[in-house]
Amino acid sequence: MTQDDRGARPALSRRGVLAMGAAALATPMLSRRAFAAPTQLTMLAWYGHAEPDIVAEFEAENNVKFVPKYYTGGDNMLGLISQSPPGTFDVILSDAEYVQQLNAAGYIEALDPADYPFDEFFPEFQKFPGHWDGDTLYSVITRFGFLGVAYNTDALTKAQASTYDVFWDPALKGKVGHFDWHLPNLGQMSLLNGNASPYDIDGAAWDAVKEKTMTLRPQIGGFFDYGGTFSSLNNGQMLAFAGIGDWITGTLERNGAKVRSIIPEQGGLQFTESFSIGKGSSKAELAKKWIQYITSAKGQSKSAQMAAYPCLIPSQKGWEVLSAENPDEARRQGMVPGESNVMDLIRSGRIKYRQLPVQQSLEEWNDFWSDYKSA
Amino acid sequence: MRRPVSLYGLTFSLPLLIWQLLFFVFPLVFLVALSFWTVRNFRLEAGFDTVNWVTMFGRPVFWQAYATTLAMAAGAAALTSALAFPCAYAIAFKLSPAARRWAVFLMVIPFFTSYLVRVYSWQVFLSDVGIINVMLGWIGLGPFRLLNTIGATMLGYMTLGFPLVVLLQLFSLVFVDRTLIEAAHNMRCGRLRTVFAVVIPSARVGLVIAALFSFILCFGDFVSPIYLGGGDPTTLSILITDTTKSGQQWPRAAVIALTMIATLMVVAFLAVRFAYKGRTK
Repeated sequence: MTQDDRGARPALSRRGVLAMGAAALATPMLSRRAFAAPTQLTMLAWYGHAEPDIVAEFEAENNVKFVPKYYTGGDNMLGLISQSPPGTFDVILSDAEYVQQLNAAGYIEALDPADYPFDEFFPEFQKFPGHWDGDTLYSVITRFGFLGVAYNTDALTKAQASTYDVFWDPALKGKVGHFDWHLPNLGQMSLLNGNASPYDIDGAAWDAVKEKTMTLRPQIGGFFDYGGTFSSLNNGQMLAFAGIGDWITGTLERNGAKVRSIIPEQGGLQFTESFSIGKGSSKAELAKKWIQYITSAKGQSKSAQMAAYPCLIPSQKGWEVLSAENPDEARRQGMVPGESNVMDLIRSGRIKYRQLPVQQSLEEWNDFWSDYKSA
Repeated sequence: MRRPVSLYGLTFSLPLLIWQLLFFVFPLVFLVALSFWTVRNFRLEAGFDTVNWVTMFGRPVFWQAYATTLAMAAGAAALTSALAFPCAYAIAFKLSPAARRWAVFLMVIPFFTSYLVRVYSWQVFLSDVGIINVMLGWIGLGPFRLLNTIGATMLGYMTLGFPLVVLLQLFSLVFVDRTLIEAAHNMRCGRLRTVFAVVIPSARVGLVIAALFSFILCFGDFVSPIYLGGGDPTTLSILITDTTKSGQQWPRAAVIALTMIATLMVVAFLAVRFAYKGRTK
């Protein structure tokens, strides 16, 4: 290589190298300024609530990234919160019966009702019991569902399944499954026994519920968790199921399984999911924005069609959007305005809230459930 | 003779000691302490109350689950050992060294897949409309209830333990002194009698340890009883989930867990004592 050759090249001085290096190092900072890193919002919820089908649009619009922590039941949720430092979870989804526990333990913030579109909700959901402490709001209802008789449509007709007595049908021996949680199952047995308030029963009525439940034991083919419930209904191993509703069978039905849920003549139970803001959250404003989004008509329609499990929604405007976007699903779930719909069921008094036992301790119900399982 | 503790010796033994303290002794001590705590309104309260021990030990359902779990784990250990032995024996004595390596490799392969996935795949075979019942249907039989039975749970237990038991038995059988077998044959001892009189006693330690591992794995298993047994009958692992799932009763779950640990320790101690009985070194 000659001197001339070297001279022909652009001079690369030490200063030039340093300047280029500095520019290269600064590039991520510049791009970060242009595309700020998304704010992380932690959500404690049942599986599905922070999946892309629900949150992608909100994340894109607000430059947010949800960090979900999924739980498998109210007790599990309370356990996760109590084991975490305050402020760990920005948004908390809870079933109605646990909102009071969350509030009593001081895990959630009081909310301003004016921030949320309650006027778009059906009147029944504008002041939902358990979500308020006097006039103070702690949780905003986002979706709900019914629990009744889940059945295989090849094995049973709608008429056969429209009573809890079908569980005792000799043809179903060994083919009746339980969702393994005492609260919905024993609540249904209490309804069958004619208790108007299935969870607020005296000692004699409780004894009668236990006695009636025990007679069902020989019919039972198994006690299943979330995954086991899905697979045993899907593969036809269980032909009837107690303690569940459309939140399980709707998902299976959408995928072609021959299963359905029905509210029997003795009535059904209602579960409710609602959002709260975690005490000590440093992103309470953003958490509020999320609750506003998911309770808006658009968010409600998304929520009703959630991929993980469908649910009913309390927003009348949400019903309208859902009926326009996906009329088949609106009709399947009974949420078409102006037609016979799920609100008729509630208004006819056939639906009771699932709640914690009032006159007995939770422990007493749970202990009986263990005894029943091992009987 | 007592040997002085040297730095060299400590270098190798300390990490194990620290590991054991951190991940076994400390959690165990915490579990013991937890079993005396109480729960009020879903919240754990530290304290010293024997209520959990009294309550759990006073409940027939606990002892029923205990007997069920003990019997099922013992049954699974015996069945797995009996079925694994011919397999391990054939690999040890009948296969060429190259074929033996392949057999060992094949026994390791199941560990590449999640146990949960393997158990779920059994549902495809065992359900009323599953592969086995469909095939039986071709010859006019069934359908038989195979899923959600104790038999299905045992199948799951064997899915868990079989490959490991074969491997442990195999490693014991390959070290059996061949001259002892030849001597037995020279003395006109039949093939079957040689197995029972020479091979099994010679490989006793490995066989017992293999069965012990199977017992330990099955005794605490949650997956098979729930996904193949349909949660019926209740085993101790299911009882633990029941106890924690409602009312946050972690202290009571701790009582069950501690009882299980104590049982496993006693069984392991007895098994090891039996395995080495009569050996001088």
